[in-house]
Amino acid sequence: MVLLLAIAIGSLFGGAIYLMLRRSVVKLILGLVLLSHGVNLLIFVMGDGVRRGAPPIVDAQGLPPPGVADPLVQALILTAIVISFGLTAFVLALAYRANQAVGTDDLDDMASTDRL
Amino acid sequence: MANHLFIPLVSPLLGATLAVIFGRQRLVARAMVLASVLCNLGYSLWLLWLVGTQGRQVSQGGGWIAPFGISMVADGLGAIMLCVASVLMLATVAYSFFTLDPAYERYFYYPLLLLLLLGVSGAFLTGDIFNLYVWFEVLLMASFGLITLGGTRGQLEGGLKYMVLNLVGSTAFLIACGLLYGVVGTLNMAHIAERMASVREPGILTAVACMFLFAYGSKAAIVPLYFWLPTSYHTPPVAVTAIFSGLLTKVGAYSLYRVFGTVMQNELQHLAPLLLLIAGLTMVIGVLGAMAQMNVRRILSFHIVSQIGYTIMGLGLASAAGLAAGLLFTAHVMIVKAALFFIGGAAEQIYGTAEIKPMGGLARREPALAIFWFLGILSLAGIPPLSGFFGKLALLQVGVGQGAYLISAVAAGTSILTFFSMLKIWNEVFWKKAYADMSKLPRVGPGLLLPGAALVVVSLVAGLAASTLVDYSTLAGTQLFDQAGYIGAVCGADGCEAVYESALR
Repeated sequence: MVLLLAIAIGSLFGGAIYLMLRRSVVKLILGLVLLSHGVNLLIFVMGDGVRRGAPPIVDAQGLPPPGVADPLVQALILTAIVISFGLTAFVLALAYRANQAVGTDDLDDMASTDRL
Repeated sequence: MANHLFIPLVSPLLGATLAVIFGRQRLVARAMVLASVLCNLGYSLWLLWLVGTQGRQVSQGGGWIAPFGISMVADGLGAIMLCVASVLMLATVAYSFFTLDPAYERYFYYPLLLLLLLGVSGAFLTGDIFNLYVWFEVLLMASFGLITLGGTRGQLEGGLKYMVLNLVGSTAFLIACGLLYGVVGTLNMAHIAERMASVREPGILTAVACMFLFAYGSKAAIVPLYFWLPTSYHTPPVAVTAIFSGLLTKVGAYSLYRVFGTVMQNELQHLAPLLLLIAGLTMVIGVLGAMAQMNVRRILSFHIVSQIGYTIMGLGLASAAGLAAGLLFTAHVMIVKAALFFIGGAAEQIYGTAEIKPMGGLARREPALAIFWFLGILSLAGIPPLSGFFGKLALLQVGVGQGAYLISAVAAGTSILTFFSMLKIWNEVFWKKAYADMSKLPRVGPGLLLPGAALVVVSLVAGLAASTLVDYSTLAGTQLFDQAGYIGAVCGADGCEAVYESALR
């Protein structure tokens, strides 16, 4: 399972970086979305007990109950999902306005603030 | 338990909410904003005194015992940064009252400023690494709004780049948090620091540390991650640029200090040569970039990059004295850089452009503006008795004392180049003869002059009261580097692991 997740995370990161290096703003944003999914899966793997043993949940004997996953990473992922959702909405609106102002989807044409 | 640590978070949040609700009554909304900024300023001065006399202040969010919940910790570093942030926010709010187009106010400019203050204050006070990430997002959200508010073509282009590169930095931060949690199994900074020593594969911690360096470095605009800064910082209104220059990159620098100075001290020793190399490159490339520019705000933007190099140099010296010197310098540069943006913005207001070629003759027409500008650049270059001298002196003393001669020489040389590049603005804007008839240009009102002048006066007073400030920053540097003391303050004398074990039994 970890191997499968590792391949999935790697593919998500690879795809995200490929898309972000394209010149199109829309592809750039899609790359950002893929990137956030990759990170969410990465955090998910970090909490499955494979690397560190049990979650900090114990029964009356001080032993972890069987079949309980680490809830903290899931809380972290939830937070990260909400944040990336909000940011994606904002960057889409921003790209739309930039497209209206500049009239193109090409990042190379958005260089007016870089010139001397 | 010091629950008052939540005051600087509640006050801007409340102020922002009320300012939105009372948005139509401009005076009421402005009063709310001013009140909450003044509340933060007063509180942070009190906190500065409290930390100075009684040591670290700790509060546990929700009453959870230490390594399980979110801890809020104020030590010398946090208190100084909080205080400077409130001072800058007060100056920015005052400057905005006088200069900003009323349309901005309708689109919630002041609430966004307060949310920025909220995010920054939270980042300075939190003792939890994931919570730090959340505060980063809070302040980034507010900054995205501020940088694009107005919607000119330049702002949209610059804002898009600013946003995308910051999102990549945040993602790296999140990855580093996840990896760190996977390795040490905790997010509380004190607990992380304690568990760092017993990690079975120390190599992976170096990888995590590099990830943090990338994440915070891209926020702090170190070379080679600074590109977003000069392409975006000159596009929004001057007040926004000034507060960004004072706060945003410095939050990245603060996080570097916190994570490497307190939490990952072993990794700091590993990465110290790399940090010094980055520091030197950042200083030189930043100042060279500034020398090539012909626009007041772009020159100042490149100087932000250059000054960050000094901050990183303090970190790269990897000692309590180095951190203290870097902190002293950072607090100084936050104030002076914002002051220069305000004064440069006043010149921009007069001429209607930030390009320096068409300007000229301002020293004769606005002598007060010229005097404060000149004091500001003297302070930035590091001429006694202004505050910049003592920051740089402390850095050079520690650098030479630790045998880091090369970086000290680069730092000293960069000071001269800084002064040279600032003199270019002085010559073009203030000293040279005016090309055109100046009698029709608007005069500078007190509202345009006062915020910048007040900050320059702060720098002057800070230079005159340098011994107090050096004492305080030494205390802050010692506290920052004192890992055992930090753990003891957050989790109790036995340490976090003992609390953790006993809670599980």
